[in-house]
This record gives sequence, C-alpha cells and structure tokens, in this order.
Amino acid sequence: MSIDLSQFIPTFLEESFEGLEVMESGLLNLDANDSEQINAIFRAAHSIKGGAGTFGFGHITEFTHVVETLLDEVRGGDRAFTPSLQSLLLQSVDCIRMLLEAARDGVECESDQIGTVHQELVAELEGGAPAPATDTPQAHPADTGAQQQKGWLIHFVPEPHLLMTGNEPILMMSALAELGDTELSVLEDKLPEFSELNPEELHLAWQVQLFSDCSEADVREVFEWVEDDCELTITPLMDTAVESAPAEEPAPQVDTPVEQPTAAETPAPTTQETPKTAAKPAARKASQEAGSIRVGIDKIDGLINRVGELVITQSMLSQAGSELAEQDLPAVERLHEGLVQLERNTRDLQEEVMRIRMLPISFVFNRFPRMVHDVSAKLNKQVELKLSGEQTELDKTVMEKIGDPLVHLVRNSLDHGLEPPEERLAAGKDETGIVHLNAYHQGGYIVIEIKDDGRGLNTERIREKALENGLISPDQPLAESEIHELIFRAGFSTAAEVSDLSGRGVGMDVVRKNIESLGGHVSVQSETGKGSTFTVSLPLTLAILDGQLVQINDEVYIVPLVSVVESIQVADSELQGIAGEGRLFRFRDEYIPIIHLRRVFDVASSAATASTSLMVVVEGGGMKVGLIVDDLQGQQQVVIKSLETNYKRVDGISGATILGDGDVALILDVAGLIKIGLEPTTKHELHRKNEQLQVEEEALA
Amino acid sequence: MATVLVVDDSASLRNMVTFTLKQQGYDVVEAGNGQEALTKAKGTKCDLVLSDVNMPIMDGITLCSELRKLPAFKFTPILMLTTESSPEMKQKGKAAGATGWLVKPFNPDTLLATMKRVVR
Repeated sequence: MSIDLSQFIPTFLEESFEGLEVMESGLLNLDANDSEQINAIFRAAHSIKGGAGTFGFGHITEFTHVVETLLDEVRGGDRAFTPSLQSLLLQSVDCIRMLLEAARDGVECESDQIGTVHQELVAELEGGAPAPATDTPQAHPADTGAQQQKGWLIHFVPEPHLLMTGNEPILMMSALAELGDTELSVLEDKLPEFSELNPEELHLAWQVQLFSDCSEADVREVFEWVEDDCELTITPLMDTAVESAPAEEPAPQVDTPVEQPTAAETPAPTTQETPKTAAKPAARKASQEAGSIRVGIDKIDGLINRVGELVITQSMLSQAGSELAEQDLPAVERLHEGLVQLERNTRDLQEEVMRIRMLPISFVFNRFPRMVHDVSAKLNKQVELKLSGEQTELDKTVMEKIGDPLVHLVRNSLDHGLEPPEERLAAGKDETGIVHLNAYHQGGYIVIEIKDDGRGLNTERIREKALENGLISPDQPLAESEIHELIFRAGFSTAAEVSDLSGRGVGMDVVRKNIESLGGHVSVQSETGKGSTFTVSLPLTLAILDGQLVQINDEVYIVPLVSVVESIQVADSELQGIAGEGRLFRFRDEYIPIIHLRRVFDVASSAATASTSLMVVVEGGGMKVGLIVDDLQGQQQVVIKSLETNYKRVDGISGATILGDGDVALILDVAGLIKIGLEPTTKHELHRKNEQLQVEEEALA
Repeated sequence: MATVLVVDDSASLRNMVTFTLKQQGYDVVEAGNGQEALTKAKGTKCDLVLSDVNMPIMDGITLCSELRKLPAFKFTPILMLTTESSPEMKQKGKAAGATGWLVKPFNPDTLLATMKRVVR
C-alpha cells in the first residue's frame, strides 16, 4: 500500500517551528538544574529529528542528530552547558530553521552556515566529551552458507511470563511461516499438572523446521522482542536434519498451533490492583492540552469573508426595513424586531469570528529575547529585556506585518538608545540597561510600547541633522516633541547614521510607513538622560474598519476614521482667496494643502453650486491635508474587501466595501492620496508659506 | 475491528500513524502524552498500544509500566515508537513491560508489517 506522506508535512513543519521556539527560549534561559527544561529542549530536537526522518528530510535528521546527542549529554550531566555551547546550539537552531524553511519552500538550502555549524557541532561532540554512543548492531554469526543447508531448525522455549509482555507465540509462528514452509512441533513436557496450571503463564515450547533460504538474522528478527524472555537456539537445517536436532525425542508433529491462553480468555484477576498515579499533573503544561484544533488559515479567511457578506446583507435588510417602517402594519413591527435581533446576532457572530484569528502578541515578542541576547553581545552592552502584556491579542495578519517594524524599533533602542556600561555608570545608572516591551488594548487598538532607559533622543543632533538635510530651516522654532518627530521624516536617516545593527538601510520613515500602511500610528516620547518610549498603535484587525462616509456627487467614498482630524465647513471664498489657485488653506496655525477629491477621481461636478464647501482634514504620511467633499454621511464600520485580489492595486485607494444599499464604495488611502493629489509645486509653496507664517509669528512676538 | 491507542506528542507523526491505521480499518484513539493516554486507556478496550518514548508530562516508558498495572492491559501488546535503538533503551522498555519496539523513522508499510507480529 502506499500513503502519500506529503499530506502530513505541513503539520510536521508547523510543529517543528514551534519546537525551535521552545529550544530557543529554553537555551536562552537554561537553568542547568532544571531537568524539565533541558528535557523539553531535548524533546523538541528529538521530535524534529524523528519527524524529519519519517517525512524524508534525511539531511535535517542528520544535522539535528548531532544537536540532539549534545543535548542528551547535557541532559545526562556528561557535558557542561557553557556559554560557547549555548551560542553554538542557538546557531544550530537557526540552521535547522533555515533547513526547514527550505524544505517548506521546496528549495535547496544554500547557506554556508549549515556546513560550518555542523562541523563545529561534530568537533564539539568529539572533543572533550564522551564519545557518542554508537549503535553497534548486534553481531550476528556469519551465515554458514553450507551447501546442503535447506533452512533452519529453531528451538524456542519461552519463559512462563512471555504472554504478559504482550507477545504471542502464535503470531511469531505465522511470521516464520512467511519466511518459508514450516513444520511445527509443540513440546509440552514442561506443562505442569492441571491443578497447578496458571492460565496466565505459558508452559509450551516449540521446535520449528523452517525451509527457507533466508538468513539467520531474518529468523532472529522474528524473536527480536523476546530474546531475553526465552531460550532460543537456531541451527542450520541440513539435509539430514535429525542429526543437528537437539537430542530430545521429537514430539508428535501438529499441523496447527495449539491454543494458548490469551488475554481475552484469561479470567480477570480477583484482586484489583489500583494503579498508582506516578506522574505529576504538571500544571504548567496543562494549558496546552485545553482542547484546540489546527485549522488552515484559508478556512478561517473563508469564514470571515462569509461573515463579511452576511454583515452587508444584514445592513441591506436593515435599510429596507427602515424604509418600510413608515407603514403602520403589524407585520412591519415584527419585521423590525427581527431585524434588530438579526443585527445584534450578526455583530456578535462577527466578533466571535474575528476572535478566531486573534493571537497573543507573544508570538511576536518571543523573538526578542534571542535578538536582544545576540545584539547586546555584539554591542558589548548589558541589557535586560522585560516583556509584559504578552497575552494581548491581535489579528494574525497584523501580527505578521508588525514583526519587522518592531524589530527595527528594538534594535534602534539597543543601538542608539542604551549607553555602554561605562557611560551608564558615569551617569549614575545601573550598568544593565532595560528595554521594556509592553502591549495593551485601548479602544479598538492594540498599543505596543518599546521603552528604554537609555540616553534619550539627542534633540540638538536631530536638529542639526534635519538642517543638513533641508528638512527644516535654520530659524524655524520647534518644540522638543516636534523635533523628536523629525526622526520619522523621509530623508532623515542618512547613510552615515546607518550602523551595522540598526542599519539594514531602513530608516524610521520606513518604520512609520509600514505601520501606517496597517492603519496604525507611531510616536515617540523622550527625555534626555532618562530614555525614550516609542508607542505603536495598530487596529486589532485589517478585516473591518471604522470609516467616515463622504459623498462627491453620487459617489460615496470612505475615509478611515483614524486618519480624520476634523471636519469643517469653509466658505468658497476662503478657498479661492488664496494664491496658487486655492491649493492651500490656513488651518489653525499652519497652512495645509487642499485636495479636491472630485478632481482626483474625476467625478462630474454636481449641478448645485453652494457657497460653502465641506472639508475633511486628514492626516497621513506625516502631514495634514484638507479633502474637499460635497457631503458628509454617517460613520460606520465597514468590511474591507481587497482591491488587489479582485482587481488591481490603485494608488490612493486601500480597498473597497459594499454599503447597505448594495453600492460599492472605495476606501481612501490617505497617505497614497496625498502622494498623487499634491503637485510638487504645491509642496514647495506649502513649505514657503509655512516658513513665512513663522516669520510673521516671530515678528509678532 | 481492532482498536489501537496511538500516543505521540508530535501531531504530524500521530496523524500519519492514525491515517495509516484508519485506512486499514482500525479504530484509533489518539493521545498527545502518557498521562492523556492513561486516562483514555482506562475507558477503552485496546488491542494494541503504539507509544512514543520521549514525551512531555508522562513519557512512554512510564506509560507502559502504568498500563501494565491495569488488568485490561495485562496482555495487550505495547509497541514503543523510538528513534533510540540503543540496547539500554530497549532494556528499559522491556523492563517496563513493552512488547516490542519500532524504530523511527518508519514508513506506513513497516508499521503495518510490524503490527502483524502482535495483532491478529
């Protein structure tokens, strides 16, 4: 029979990646006296090795085997867990991860690191430690290969307790019969008197003539599990078989094996033995057992999509229902009640379904202990990483995308935030710096804080840098917090600034861009000498969105509520009275550019020309703009439908949704909109105007 | 049809074994560690136990000796699925009452062939 093993590979990979996490976190905090901990690490390696072998990844088995052997020695107390071994084992975890990833992607792993680490592991294993236990296969006597041999004569005398090991002679005899023709004799001379017969014990013995050209090893294999529970002699069966047979008188031959007592026939013992519960309940692992199932993410996405459709249908019904409400009919009353209930149930259902995709942020946080360990070693800094709020949940999709920006922020704290030990001591601080990752829910958002107790942002240097790069003008008065915000501006991070660590050519502006593309926001608070806190807030899910509905002619667009600063009514004269064809507007103490959505989306102008316009002030990509719209409609939660998967990517649009009346409405991407809606000349003008404004203000002061 | 208790902390291996057995018409009871297996064993009539050795909470060796204390499991074949083919490990298993072992990695065919040695 053939079974396609590939169907089990995804599960194998998934649990192996989890196993690697266990190994990694275990290795980082290994307490040599905690045997359960080292056992857990060993088990993880062991399972990866076993599974890899089963599912055809021999090279992973080979690599992991060496790791496992080392761990086994540590576990057995035969090898000291030194920092160098720790680092080597951590590197091995990386290698296994690479190998598994390559296996998952169906490619060859090309990293040189694998070979190097493997060599180091082997060297470690061979040097200064007991030689690895090699499996010496049992030395079988060489097959006699006698010309006249026609098979084997087997003399099998089991111990009385054999049945209690679960082995059954009848099955062994059938196994022999598969090797060739057999002639069985039952030797019953050891059978006790009937009165002394214990039905649970076995007192029979067998002599078997096996006519086969199989090897002695083949025969031994049949008795492999009972070697120690029987007397077994295997001798070549020559043509003159009787000569080599034991001296005993041959017993009468039987064709069928005799019946022997088996478990089924055995009467239950009269004394009931209460099994001792030897194992401890192991409470801390118990949580993993709380019934859970693995489900493919595509199934969940499918479910969420369906529920999304349901929400849309429900709002269509609600709308139709409210139109009927004017008719005074008893049926309408009942319909209305039903609709209210439907709405509530739909909302509950949607929340429940969304919760399925929610995972604790510990999935992201878990990578930091290792990273902090590695980076701080490289920087020669002493760092303590504190994690809190790891159980705070957020959507899996958001989680996948927030990993990199967070890594960058943490690296930044380690590299630029925390001072070297000497500097910290000189400043009267503890030698060990603290980086604290914290997560909590606030409104519909998850807030993640990256806090360090380092030197804080250097306001003066940021200012100089910003001047150099032309982000600000020399006489521009800026509050401290405004200067801090400059680090997020595109063009702030320069090549000179990029170190080996926080480097990777990614600046804070990219971090902000990534976070904003998730509908989130990042800010920084800093105090010189005391440290900085970066605060990232993200929507809990990317599947729904709180939106402000705006109307242009007959078209409805949705502005994400998170981007909206304010909605105001402005007189047309205010818009046109400004030079540059009404492209700038004075909003409080700054000028903001104006974007006419009508022009961007090329919507025909409505017939009625009012003397006032509505302007929605929105913020995105680090700047504010005013969007001119015809009308404001309500605010509502909408289900996001991807435009990319259904059509193609469109600048300025992040997705679409279906409204209660069945119409499709586009969801605006504010940052993208600013990019396409603003002409370069407007930007220059804005810059000039704002500078002018400051000069005026200073003159006034 | 015969019922097999499959004990392994690795879901992928458990899936593979279960799938193989079910395809052959066996009934399968699964457990992720020894403790869970012991609990399930108490309410089930099993014809065979296939158990991993290295598992959290309760390992396969302990499970084996605990099972042997249950009257219903006195004669039940218990096969250890193990990557360790060292004599000591086999000895430990035997001492705990294991019937035999099956060395990992194994494929479905080996599994079924081996099972024939203990299940009618």
